[in-house]
Amino acid sequence: MFAYIMRRLAVAVPTLLLLIVFSFILMHLAPGGPFTQERELPPQVLANLNAKYGLDDPLWKQIINYIWGIVAHFDFGPSFVYPDRSVNELIAAGFPVTLTYGSLAFVAAVAMGVGLGVVAAIWHNSFLDYLAVGISIGAQVLPNFVMAPILVLIFTLWYGLLPGGGWSFYDPSFWIMPVIALGTSYMASIARITRSAMLEVLGSNHIRTARAKGMPEHRVILRHALKPAMLPVISYLGPVFVSMITGSVVIDIYFSTGGIGKAFVDSALNRDYAVMMGVTILVGALTILFNLIVDVLYAWIDPKIRY
Amino acid sequence: MTKLFATTALVASLAMPAFAVQPAEGETLAENQVYNFWLLDAIKSVDPAKNTDVEGSDVLRQLFEGLMNEDEKGAMVPGVAESFEESDDKLTYTFTLRDAKWSNGEPVTAGDFVYAWQRAVNPETASEYAWFMELMNIVNATDIVKGEKAPEELGVKAIDDKTLEVTLTTPTPYFIKTLSHATTFPVPQKVIEEYGDAWTQPGNLVGNGAFVLTGHNLGVDITMEKNPEYWDAENVVMQTVKGITVNDNNVALTRYQAGELDRVDIPAGQYPRLSQEAPDEAISMPYACSYAYVYNVSDKGPEALKDVRVREALSLALNRDIIVNNVLQGGQKPATTWTHWAIEGFDQPETELATLSQEEKNTRAQELLAEAGYGPDNPISLTLQYNTDENHKKLAIAAQQFWKPLGVNITLNNVEWKVHTDRLQNQDFDIARYAWCGDYNEASTFLDWFRTDGYNSGKWSNAEYDQLMVDAKTAEDTGPIYTRAEEILAEEVPAAFVYHYASVDMISPKIKGLPTENVLNAWYAKDLYRLAD
Repeated sequence: MFAYIMRRLAVAVPTLLLLIVFSFILMHLAPGGPFTQERELPPQVLANLNAKYGLDDPLWKQIINYIWGIVAHFDFGPSFVYPDRSVNELIAAGFPVTLTYGSLAFVAAVAMGVGLGVVAAIWHNSFLDYLAVGISIGAQVLPNFVMAPILVLIFTLWYGLLPGGGWSFYDPSFWIMPVIALGTSYMASIARITRSAMLEVLGSNHIRTARAKGMPEHRVILRHALKPAMLPVISYLGPVFVSMITGSVVIDIYFSTGGIGKAFVDSALNRDYAVMMGVTILVGALTILFNLIVDVLYAWIDPKIRY
Repeated sequence: MTKLFATTALVASLAMPAFAVQPAEGETLAENQVYNFWLLDAIKSVDPAKNTDVEGSDVLRQLFEGLMNEDEKGAMVPGVAESFEESDDKLTYTFTLRDAKWSNGEPVTAGDFVYAWQRAVNPETASEYAWFMELMNIVNATDIVKGEKAPEELGVKAIDDKTLEVTLTTPTPYFIKTLSHATTFPVPQKVIEEYGDAWTQPGNLVGNGAFVLTGHNLGVDITMEKNPEYWDAENVVMQTVKGITVNDNNVALTRYQAGELDRVDIPAGQYPRLSQEAPDEAISMPYACSYAYVYNVSDKGPEALKDVRVREALSLALNRDIIVNNVLQGGQKPATTWTHWAIEGFDQPETELATLSQEEKNTRAQELLAEAGYGPDNPISLTLQYNTDENHKKLAIAAQQFWKPLGVNITLNNVEWKVHTDRLQNQDFDIARYAWCGDYNEASTFLDWFRTDGYNSGKWSNAEYDQLMVDAKTAEDTGPIYTRAEEILAEEVPAAFVYHYASVDMISPKIKGLPTENVLNAWYAKDLYRLAD
């Protein structure tokens, strides 16, 4: 197992390098640059800016300088659009925000989604099943860009219970609406996957055997059914966790959280090359990491899987 | 403050004491003097040399103070400058500074302005607004930006701590009007040298404005508290000014209604409803920006648009009343000129576009196109490019419909903002949506755009026009010159002017002192106060 993990981590390095090189080239292929603006800059001002940010070097040299900066100093460069700030600072400011509401939403979505899915599967075709399926379909068809303004309308305008947006690490009232808006549709997906996986497992031979030998039903469910039923759920959760903690542009826009999801989209639109690369690398590295974690969990849940 | 300006003709009109709105009798002030204003996006920088956007300027105007401020009507009033003298050749301005202080208690000196202005043009700063110093026509600004001269050679000099001398390359009638712009604000040399790029962070930042920066969560909020060191602090009522970022206009409106914000833009199309529901809160006032469809008349442009008759026909056929009254619905005005109608000292010329009825204009458009050899039998195909935005899209669709009966087939081309800008600047378009906002309250801020060496994305060129813009710099009375320039634009039609902007806001009736007639929409929190509930 240890050797397997080491091997995977070794492969991660060239994967990230490829990601960096491709993103870098694609980004520079897009028309316009960070200093393209409505008022065309006088050529000398543009030249001064390009010189300051090293954009006048050939592309290959820029890539090498960039990678060297990361490897040698863990420096992701200065932001081109926020002139007083470095990419490290911007990510350090935005990532904890999305990490907070993303993790909370993840925990809530998993707890409720798995709960609903299990209930629906155990009491298959009963009222509870219909209710659970109804809730999850309802949650699924309500996208977060519809849900977010509705939440603001209800909790801020009508009842005045929660602030309509903004962020504070010290005041959970700022977290509630982002967590609900982000978590709901994921919860629905988790519930549906859990339900179908659970139904499949409950119909399998080892469950029939367990019941036949008189094992109490709660033990059958918790020990013998839930564990294998979690396999498809977990493979879904790996990438979902990464996308939740790196934020959602919709949540960031509607609740003005200052999170990294909006920063990522903005950086692409503003051609803020350095921020865009920084977030891409962050998301890439997390994706590689959590795929690895999912694979390790697989082996732990299912003893048949060997690496 | 009682000392008046020197008395040349230009200056006499500015001879008034510094401006400060004060509570009227019978008004009860709120205990908590807070003003929460809306920001659509993160503030990119609170460094005056690095700021590039309107929202950043709104913040900077509270944290710093330039030589001049604007009053509620947009007229220039003294800021740090107590008075100034203009030389007879109009090339030298000598400012006398008042006893102002930085927020750390040190005096604001002429040297601080010299440092700030040199810093703005210094290629090392790489300021995106270095061009503003060129626009002000300060001696050597252009050469310094190019790196051909040292920043110390900029035409700005501290005679002593309280006297600042600025020399210009050419008489510049709007020079004084540029002095309330954020790029001209003084900055504290010691603090910048001590902290480097981090000098703009709360705690480090030292300003000379009526407020000091106390908090800045990028993309969330920015908080400023009253600066006790400000020279006019005794007349400042407001205690806390907070800019709150809400990235969505509709959510911002909801949060305004929930009382979290005191001022927000009204989303397009909602003004009629809101002005019915809350007539004393929904406010529309002229805002110095113009919207146009620019024709590409360069070599890369389509053949048809090189014919002035086609350009004029397209302009005439745009039913601006429908655009303004049925699409935008926020008090905008149909544009018959490039210069915004509310700009000071500007008279709109009587043109066909302004005087004919829409039916007459449509007929005239058909005639013009027929003369040019086009019509439904021989249609023209053009693309209309606009950047992603619901309103631009609605207007483009409307334009497409107005032009269809003429035999002009328009393909709509929606591109992302950076692509749009890139294509505009490289003349890769047929017709493109464009808008320009004035930097100062004078017609040349618009009209310079169409100079042969102006931004002028369509590459239209006219020698008489260029000469007029040169003449305007030294003229005693610029009004007729600008009117004539607009007449040329009306004859030559380098672009179809669509509408003049209005700023359409919900403003809390509790907040008093916001400008009502300033077309540049510049506001100063030092003039604001909040009424009790």
